[in-house]
Amino acid sequence: MKNKVGIPRGMFYYDYYLLWKEFFNNLDVEVVPSPKTNKDILNKGVHTCVDEACLPVKVFHGHVDYLKDKVNYIFIPKFISIYPKEYCCPKHLGLPDMVRHSIEGLPEIIDPEINLRKSDKTLKKAVLNTGKYFTKSSKKIYRAFNEAYNQFFKDVDLMSRGVVPINAVGLYDDLSFNIKEGNETFKRKILFLGHSYNIYDDYINMNIVSKLKKRKTKVITAEMVDEESIRYYASKLPKRMFWTHGQRIVGAAYALIERRSIDGIIYVSAFGCGLDSVLMDLVERKAKENKIPFTLLTIDEQTGEAGINTRIEAFLDMLEWRDNNEDNFSTYG
Amino acid sequence: MKITFPHMGNVYIAGKAFFEELGQEVIPPPRCSRKTLEIGTKYSQETICLPLKIMIGNFVESIEKGADTVLLTGSCGPCRFGYYSILEENILRDLGHNIDFIVLDPIGEGWKPLKENIYRIFKANNIKDVIAAGRLGWQLIKKADYIIHLSNQKRAYAMDSYLVDLIIDNYYRKVEETFGEKDMMELMDETIEALNRVKIKKDHKPIRIGLIGEIYTIIEPFVNLEVERKLGHMGVLVEKSLTPTIWVDHHVKNFPFGSKGERKKHQLAKPYLKTLVGGHGRETVGSAIYYRNMGFDGVIQLLPLNCMPEIVAKSILNTVSKDLDFPIMTLILDEMTGEAGYLTRLEAFVDLLKRRKEEVQYG
Repeated sequence: MKNKVGIPRGMFYYDYYLLWKEFFNNLDVEVVPSPKTNKDILNKGVHTCVDEACLPVKVFHGHVDYLKDKVNYIFIPKFISIYPKEYCCPKHLGLPDMVRHSIEGLPEIIDPEINLRKSDKTLKKAVLNTGKYFTKSSKKIYRAFNEAYNQFFKDVDLMSRGVVPINAVGLYDDLSFNIKEGNETFKRKILFLGHSYNIYDDYINMNIVSKLKKRKTKVITAEMVDEESIRYYASKLPKRMFWTHGQRIVGAAYALIERRSIDGIIYVSAFGCGLDSVLMDLVERKAKENKIPFTLLTIDEQTGEAGINTRIEAFLDMLEWRDNNEDNFSTYG
Repeated sequence: MKITFPHMGNVYIAGKAFFEELGQEVIPPPRCSRKTLEIGTKYSQETICLPLKIMIGNFVESIEKGADTVLLTGSCGPCRFGYYSILEENILRDLGHNIDFIVLDPIGEGWKPLKENIYRIFKANNIKDVIAAGRLGWQLIKKADYIIHLSNQKRAYAMDSYLVDLIIDNYYRKVEETFGEKDMMELMDETIEALNRVKIKKDHKPIRIGLIGEIYTIIEPFVNLEVERKLGHMGVLVEKSLTPTIWVDHHVKNFPFGSKGERKKHQLAKPYLKTLVGGHGRETVGSAIYYRNMGFDGVIQLLPLNCMPEIVAKSILNTVSKDLDFPIMTLILDEMTGEAGYLTRLEAFVDLLKRRKEEVQYG
């Protein structure tokens, strides 16, 4: 029987799914991703996860629960650090452990430890440990990884030109991030900011992107800003930002604000997100200084869609009014 | 330079005497109160965790008393405490206070800034002075912690547990009147003597509970709503898994290897949690198992709302509790925590432990 590896559609799925899929396919393993988040998955997640966790972690639990009877293995890497001297969110650090202790009747979990804080040599070990489940030849594993890695970088390159990776290979047609410039006229550019697992999961963020597109707004995400400018602008912070995702969010926002290439920022944050409580404050201060409108939408498992609609409409209306006013003032300065 | 620092349990007692001895002017913030919390919640962002809010309250109250320099330890992730200094500086600047921040970041961020900061606050000229000052501080912290430890012991056994509170409250009051290391040491010795004079019930076998979880909530009595006293009056022996002494022992004295006790906790946590999760998440899991092995009756996990590392620990503690048949209760603290509900839960937990003990003893 062919081995099946389940990949839950949550957390880092949106960043690395292509890499993982290619890698496992190269090893002749079938990859089974869970479906897009839906009500059942959310409810399952809320039921199994500890109450205090944030929404994306709960949703992730739901995806794992969906996959558990359908595959031989579930792949949940333990992301500790993906950049020298930096960390990921503490919940990523403990994600496989949280899942293992919250859901019963799981198949074997493949949880290689990815820790590039001190050196990137450990990546090799993580790759090897993952591949070992399926083949004994380490040569084959490395080759599979290298091929997948190269392919992945081509996609990442596309991304900085305005295409989200999942879109790039037509896996996720309906997210409507794909922007065909020239075909449509956009009135405004808005930075849609937040963690990738909040902004690309259109169920938990109530499809904000399509709401914005309906109002002829161009949507930019932090992933579309190139790494170099992100690092440059993030280094302007008074203290080194020690979360890699914090670098991306703050760096991208600072870059776009300082270049004045956006008309507004919508920050989507999950209730209880520890990183966001810090990042949001830093971005908001910068936006205020530069007179760029900023709004925060907090989501949790009980958010009502009507409330989100109202907030977005109000925000876009406010931007429109700014057009009519020479000095670009909003009501509240 | 008038130094102030945030409250964290009794650290201010050692800190005050220590800096006074070095010739610095110290303005410890008034003891945490509802007012501190109110100031803090008013000016900090809504979604940040509780310790920052209390710290802001502390700083504002100290500034009102004349402080102009804030001393803070730093860290560099993955817990958000590492970014506290920046957020706090921003908030205080918004309020119109231009305050100097001295942040002691770990050596990983570069030895030079750390060295400069240490020399500046220790008023030291060479490494010898630093070591001498360090030794002095270590003695003070150890003794201040010992008093709390002793009071917890005595409260569980005392004929009149409120007498212990009286002695401790007296001690706190007198602390404000002392100056320098010698005065403080004398006061501490007096307090220890007074505590030792408290009359003790014979043949009393108290329930034993370990406090585990996030370090700030364990140490700061205002934040945890005096959990040690509340349990003590119920005749429970309380032990804290984290104290300033343990922290200094692990992070400073035994740098870079870490202290024996903490490393043992990592070892114990290994079957459940192999790697670090930031903050004290791994220690929490290890401590729970440690207290079980020590024959404690149960543990209580304390955490501020939304504490990331402790949430990971909490989901793992479920399994630990099931596997080892060991009662673990989690109490989450924030500015909305009501005291009555909290007390009910503590009482229920202690009742449960008593019942369990009786069942084991008498079948």
